[in-house]
Amino acid sequence: MTASRISLWVFGILALAFLLAPVLVILPLSFSAGSFLYYPLPGLSLRWYQDFLTSDFWLPALWNSLRLGAATAILAGGLGTLAAFGLWSARFPGRQAVMAVLMAPMVVPAIVVAVPLLLAFGPLGLTNSFWGLLLAHTVLGAPFVVVTVLAALAQFDAVQLRAAAACGASPTRAFLRVCLPQIAPGVAAGAVFAFATSLDEVVVVLFLAGPAQRTLPRQMFSGMSDSISLTVMAAAMVMVVLSCLLLLAVTLLRRGQKA
Amino acid sequence: MAPLLIFLLVVFVLPIGTFLARAVQESDVPPVLPRTIAALSGWDGAAAPGEPAFAALVEDLREARRRDQEAGGGSIGRASARLNNDWPGFRSLLPATARRIASPFQGEARAAVLAAAPEWGEVAPWAAISRAGGPLSDFHLLAVLDLKRDAAGHIAAAPPDQSIFRAVLWRTMWISLCATVLALAIGYPLAWLIATAPSRFAPWLLAGVLLPFWTSLIVRTAAWMVLLQREGVVNATLQSLRLADGPLPLLFNRGAVLLAMVHILLPFMVLPIYANLKGMDWRLPRAAMSLGASPLRTFWRISLPLSLPGIGAGSLLVFIQALGFYVTPALLGGANDQMLSYFVGFYATRTVNWSMAAALSCLLLAAVAIVVALYARLVGFEKTRPA
Amino acid sequence: MLRRNFGAVLAMGAALLASGTASAQQRDLTIVSWGGAYQDAQREVFFRPFQQQSGTRLLEETWDGGVGVLRAKIQSGANNWDLVQVESEELLLGCEEGLFERMDFAAIGGEQRFIPSAVSECGVGNILYSFVLAYDRGRMSTAPTSWADFFDTQRFPGKRGLRRGPKTTLEIALLADGVAPGEVYKLLATDAGVDRAFRKLDSIRNDLVWWERGSQPAQWLASGEVVMTDAYNGRITAANQNDGRNFGIAWRNNLFTLDSWVIMKGSPNRAQATAYLNFWAQPQVAAALPPRIPYGTTIRGADALLPANVLENLPTAPQNAEGALQIDDRFWLDNLDKLNQRFNNWVSR
Repeated sequence: MTASRISLWVFGILALAFLLAPVLVILPLSFSAGSFLYYPLPGLSLRWYQDFLTSDFWLPALWNSLRLGAATAILAGGLGTLAAFGLWSARFPGRQAVMAVLMAPMVVPAIVVAVPLLLAFGPLGLTNSFWGLLLAHTVLGAPFVVVTVLAALAQFDAVQLRAAAACGASPTRAFLRVCLPQIAPGVAAGAVFAFATSLDEVVVVLFLAGPAQRTLPRQMFSGMSDSISLTVMAAAMVMVVLSCLLLLAVTLLRRGQKA
Repeated sequence: MAPLLIFLLVVFVLPIGTFLARAVQESDVPPVLPRTIAALSGWDGAAAPGEPAFAALVEDLREARRRDQEAGGGSIGRASARLNNDWPGFRSLLPATARRIASPFQGEARAAVLAAAPEWGEVAPWAAISRAGGPLSDFHLLAVLDLKRDAAGHIAAAPPDQSIFRAVLWRTMWISLCATVLALAIGYPLAWLIATAPSRFAPWLLAGVLLPFWTSLIVRTAAWMVLLQREGVVNATLQSLRLADGPLPLLFNRGAVLLAMVHILLPFMVLPIYANLKGMDWRLPRAAMSLGASPLRTFWRISLPLSLPGIGAGSLLVFIQALGFYVTPALLGGANDQMLSYFVGFYATRTVNWSMAAALSCLLLAAVAIVVALYARLVGFEKTRPA
Repeated sequence: MLRRNFGAVLAMGAALLASGTASAQQRDLTIVSWGGAYQDAQREVFFRPFQQQSGTRLLEETWDGGVGVLRAKIQSGANNWDLVQVESEELLLGCEEGLFERMDFAAIGGEQRFIPSAVSECGVGNILYSFVLAYDRGRMSTAPTSWADFFDTQRFPGKRGLRRGPKTTLEIALLADGVAPGEVYKLLATDAGVDRAFRKLDSIRNDLVWWERGSQPAQWLASGEVVMTDAYNGRITAANQNDGRNFGIAWRNNLFTLDSWVIMKGSPNRAQATAYLNFWAQPQVAAALPPRIPYGTTIRGADALLPANVLENLPTAPQNAEGALQIDDRFWLDNLDKLNQRFNNWVSR
């Protein structure tokens, strides 16, 4: 190995350490028997997890996050799949413009989504409600579904649909029986992306949610802006575990798609 | 496709469009002072107007005050906030005048109003009211560029103690640019390593990028908070190694914000560059080498130009996201590390100044749109793909 | 056809998940207080016992003041707060602007249940407290005794904390500049007085850090982030009592005021909020707070239930109240918004 190659490896490992270390370093703190946020740990205990499970705030927040994420995954998954199928199967003028609208939530800063929705949803009674958050998170999650499903459709052979039509299947039936099974891993991966987007999202929740709809990141945000305690670290651990599960799900789905 | 399109039009485009329109609408003052605005329509602006304008003002304020107290509309408050942006002093002048002339009085309205608040004898407050008479104006859009119209209607710089937004805009741009450059400096070699590593290691290296990518932003911000705070991991370690005498102030400054932003955005840089390098034709640099070019020259003349699309995609992706950062500066930054997003939230929820929030949003969106347009030009959207 | 079916499946799935929040419109009583040690104490002696006794579910929220927040809540049509603890000028401003319901004293046991200063049109006084100069005895060889010492970076080097906002900050600047308490508001009413206060602040600008939440001063003192700070008196004593800190308080020229409970306009939970106020306004209930965090109560007869060692830490104790500056709500009613703007521009530059 040449010297430049070695230095590339050293630099790369350092960069990876920069990416991974911060989170890996703080997570063990959540098992501390003490209450301060540095090492060495005075001992190991599960007291902060116990605190997480017994407090009035954290467990409901976790439940809110999971429920909101799942509902977002279903709604964004459904809408996004239909949109992607429409974009894929029909060439029409203005396709670029439609695509731009569909992708816009990916680039519009979260605050420019949150504040207008606050003002629009307020009079409709959609603030402080699960439904309002669901609508907002579906907006943010749907583009990821569209992109993922479009990628899956790129590997789908359109001739099959024509064959199905020739055999007398209605377009609906053709989509459901021929196309959907083949792109299902892509649809599922898209839904997982939508779930992850919702799970990660905090700005819109900050502006739209009432105390009864607080999600886990939102609760962490208030925990951090007040005095940050080790319960927040326990919550971080829960979030990391959830993220790992989602990443695993997507990786497996991708593999399924390729096979 | 139609359901999602309709859904997005209703839940996304429509609310944002209505909101942004507030930037050019004058919706705060006309409902409160309709008679006054009408009375000022033929006013020449040379001296304070006559008795009819004062009488209209008294009538308007009494009615608005009664309405506010019954319904909690806060319309006087909003009108005075809007007028105060034009002429500082209105914030207290309008509510105080409304309070003091609420009870009936004898004689001329002009005398009573001037007794309640002598400022009404000047031209400036009346001019501000007539400028805010609507229905449309460029007032807020100018204000976020630290500009305002003077008495004659010419655009001029706002007084220095009211000028903060250009500084905020440059700050937002500068932080985003720094984050992008740093992410590129760290991300490019890393992507190069992953793309060229033996296939035994490459998936693991890639996983090392994907794992943080999937970890929640709030968790990663929390991590930096715990690391950098005064009684945090870094300070405790430095002191136990006797590298520092006392705890260093690492948190609530620009450095902390940048560090966390680079950390959070780095995967968005690495992944597109990696994808690009992976698809590059590696025979080209090898051919250059075999023809006698030095490694440096090969990189500079062949590999780097070939990987430019990846660099462009990564940089623009990082820059766009950096522009809109809200949570990380709010938690890790100090008072003068806040970016445009913070001020949008500030005007929307800490003071009821939705027009300013909307105008600042326009500014933010314009910045994003320019970068997105660049992205479309240089990279194209077909390549947008989450990792 | 497909789309309709698909849509129906989606709606069913979403409805299933949302079933737990079907009653979201009928939200629970939401009480908004000031967080940290103070809200912890409230939770223990008021919120939890009230929930147990009445069977009403209660949600908590934390804020750190600002009438603009209340305005935004009401005017966006998205208000989700019911009972809020507000500062005195927010009480006046919000009442004036119709942000709060009128306080129905007949429903909460009559005005005579409270001390006179606690009774107002839209709110009922909740706690009496002071902004004091606080420092860590363990880190200071000589103790600062006045606001002049606070601005003396020669004798007391290090960072100082102040509450972000013009209220209290401008008063402290003038007091430190040698203005007598009785003259502070006369001076602040003039442009020259305000300029003088900002000049004084400019003199230690680089040593100032701004806190927003009431829990921050005690945290910053404990971690050495600041050598001294202004702070709510109760949080400092509570940190000494509960966390074993050794903080000192300089009571000289403390800024004295009270906070009030208000009910937000149009609150769907007025009855529950009134029930809570009725519960809290019992002397034996109200008297449970000061031993945990030394803020004076506004309930007649509650002080008689307190031991001497609690009373001496309250802002109302004669030796603490001497030379105190009562924060002038009327002044801030007229000037808060204007000075807020000037302050915000000054601080974010």
